[in-house]
Amino acid sequence: MATAVLRPAPQIVAHRVEPEPRGLMSWLTTTDHKRIGILYLVTSFVFFILGGTEALVIRLQLAAANNTLVTPEVYNQLFTMHGTTMVFLFIVPVLAGFGNYFVPLMIGARDMAFPRLNALSYWLFLFGGIVLYASIFWSPPEAGWISTVPLATSTYLPSGGVDAWIYLVHLTGIASLIGAINFYVTIANMRAPGMSWSRLPLFIWSIMAYSLLLIIAIPVIAGAVTMLLLDRHFGTHFFDSANGGSALLWQNLFWFFGHPEVYILILPSFGIFSEILPVFARKPIFGYKAIAAATIMISFLGLLVWVHHMFTTPTPLVIIVFAMISSFLIAVPTGIKIFNWIGTLWQGSIEFRTPLIFSVGGIALFTIGGISGVFLAIFPVDWQLSDTYFVVAHIHFVLVGGSVFGIVAGVYYWYPKITGRMMSESLGKWSFWLMFWGTLITFMIQHSLGLDGMPRRVYEYAAVGNLQLYNQISTVGSWILGAGVLLTVINVWRSLSHGAIAGPDPWRANTLEWFTTSPPPVNNFDEIPRVRSLEPMKDIRREVERQAKTGTRARRRGAGEVKVTT
Amino acid sequence: MRRSAHIKPPSRRASLLAVSLALSLFLAGAQSAFAGSILPQSGGSPTANHISNLYSITLYIAIVIFIGVEGTLLYCLFRFRAKRGRVAKQLHGNTKLEIGWTFGAAAILVALAALTFVDLHSIRDPSNSGPGGLDLSNGVQYETTGALKPPNGRALTIQVNGIQYLWRYTYVGASGNPTGLGDPYTTYDMVVPTNTTVILKVVSQDVVHEWWIPELGGKVQAVPGYTNYTWFKIPKAGTYTGQCSFLCGRGHARMIAEVTAVSPAKYERWLSRLSANLKAADANAARCRAVLASGQGPTSVAFTKNC
Repeated sequence: MATAVLRPAPQIVAHRVEPEPRGLMSWLTTTDHKRIGILYLVTSFVFFILGGTEALVIRLQLAAANNTLVTPEVYNQLFTMHGTTMVFLFIVPVLAGFGNYFVPLMIGARDMAFPRLNALSYWLFLFGGIVLYASIFWSPPEAGWISTVPLATSTYLPSGGVDAWIYLVHLTGIASLIGAINFYVTIANMRAPGMSWSRLPLFIWSIMAYSLLLIIAIPVIAGAVTMLLLDRHFGTHFFDSANGGSALLWQNLFWFFGHPEVYILILPSFGIFSEILPVFARKPIFGYKAIAAATIMISFLGLLVWVHHMFTTPTPLVIIVFAMISSFLIAVPTGIKIFNWIGTLWQGSIEFRTPLIFSVGGIALFTIGGISGVFLAIFPVDWQLSDTYFVVAHIHFVLVGGSVFGIVAGVYYWYPKITGRMMSESLGKWSFWLMFWGTLITFMIQHSLGLDGMPRRVYEYAAVGNLQLYNQISTVGSWILGAGVLLTVINVWRSLSHGAIAGPDPWRANTLEWFTTSPPPVNNFDEIPRVRSLEPMKDIRREVERQAKTGTRARRRGAGEVKVTT
Repeated sequence: MRRSAHIKPPSRRASLLAVSLALSLFLAGAQSAFAGSILPQSGGSPTANHISNLYSITLYIAIVIFIGVEGTLLYCLFRFRAKRGRVAKQLHGNTKLEIGWTFGAAAILVALAALTFVDLHSIRDPSNSGPGGLDLSNGVQYETTGALKPPNGRALTIQVNGIQYLWRYTYVGASGNPTGLGDPYTTYDMVVPTNTTVILKVVSQDVVHEWWIPELGGKVQAVPGYTNYTWFKIPKAGTYTGQCSFLCGRGHARMIAEVTAVSPAKYERWLSRLSANLKAADANAARCRAVLASGQGPTSVAFTKNC
């Protein structure tokens, strides 16, 4: 434990500085957490574009009643690939990417605890994605991202698509599992001197929760998909009701993983909000302990609520009531976070830079998803809303508003650290407004679609009531959202060469990753500073200022050039 | 702008009151006008109406919370934007306030849970058939034996069987045969008597399906190997449509269901006609079997197929 233990600093004498390796081979063989982080971020954004394109085709098919743009078969494949891609190949790995890059930097470590295991988890993730996308040349899976049995058994879908899906879940699952263990061990053991648990940045707390949930949930889905594989090819009957198995067992096992998965997808984005808001409001985070405790509470309660995905199944009432109450309970810590974020803005001096705008917009959109979640937790109401577009709207407000806006905020916030250059503010703001209104237009109207009787996962609908109008509004919104995402992608690409030079700490931020150069050297820090509060960079700036005032020359600290600000 | 520029509390409270009053009027009694846009569909059966009521109460609370949270967020963004001379106040938290909003949020949810339990009985438990309903007093074959039962124990039971990609309805016990053999059945269109408590036994013979007629109430999954139950009581004659709402394969979008409610007299005529047709077909099949068994019929394939 690197806490307040007093010990002499190791004296390392460098005889020769090795040049940073370059070229393709250096990327294939790297064990540097920053390079692995970049690989994760870039790869998962490629999958994001693929998943987004699938969504746009889905919206085109639904733009007209009785449309025949794609066949029912292709439609089922599209939404299965869209859901699977966004969950397993975009949000989880992109968060692993941020985690990889910034966990060691934020806790003042020189790498992850197990660098080679870290590389392995990236390559497993990549091959999981390749396995899934290779299936589009044969027959992609078409049983939805939840692959419900018996539809996903070989009787009803004998082709290899579901097998590719199972393989993907296994590969990305192992990737996530060993990645999660790596994060946990790194955070528990490699924190800078003085960084006690109560000085841990909130993003690190959220990566802790993300890791713990993955460690608990992944083995369950791994077991479930193995059972499915055995049922499909080796004559077992785990899910076959006619032969002593149970079709409901799949839903229980899947959602025992599936619900914690939602918190795995959202908590690190909450962590990003909690890092960005104090920086741009120029205030400490409001209620640090409450937010950290709420993160852990949400993770714990998130393990108890999976039956709320099964309110319409033949499940005993007492279990359904339990699931409703535990789902209600989750709303409390989630509400606490939103209140604390608003408290952080209160009486601040808010600078409207792109990371802040995405964070605030994300919180505003997530609030809608949080509120619609309460409707769905009330099980008699859920009997009307379940499996309709109301649920589609809910999950997208949570995962686009919460997760994706947090991720994009993180891209704008940390891009200067990763590349050494700033992203364009004006492109960023355009991207924000398109994404914000795109999300609102696409998904708000979907609540009405669900209330009007449109189930999810249907490739066509009849021109009755307002269904066509609502769907067209949603389709227009989806293209606005797509345009917004495209602008950010262009911005990322363009700023690599056109962006202004960022310097080590362009935002005057609070956490240790801003102590080193942008981009950081291979060893991250030459000298690891002692952490004295939740906001070490603020202390360092204050100290430098004091020394400047008293006439002492600001000492160069390690690789980090400390910027003097007034 | 100096801190003293504050908004007068009375005017704000009054306008809030006016807004919420207008909203209440807007929503109250407007169930039919807003069904399918901001409220769930209803009007076919008391179950759907009760769900819609519970939904609309939740919606009032949600609107207040939504305006409160998003309003405060927007207020902060405008009021506390960076400008020359503004210094952020270095607050770390406020324990009293934080405990307060934790209990506030919890209190709202306790109230919602209580409301749910109050409404649950009228949504989940079947009521007795209405006065103009089908007379089930002497029809012992209609007695329900399932998990759901109205207080007087008498309801019309229909088994709903999900099959890729159609719904099959069996009028349980209508043949009088205790084994259930020969019970009349239909597909796609279910015919039921008005003002009569109808209990559905929902099963599946292949993959998971989900029974849903929005105007008649909530959904129930049809899971192979399990029996699920729901009920409705339709006061008004008419046709109510819905469709399978759980992905069941490529034909999922076209797995349509229809429930037609007719007067009990009409229903009985329809059922006896259906039973007579089925009996005639059964009798014909029996006659064919007898002819074939005796070895006296013509041997052509056409005869064997059509008899």
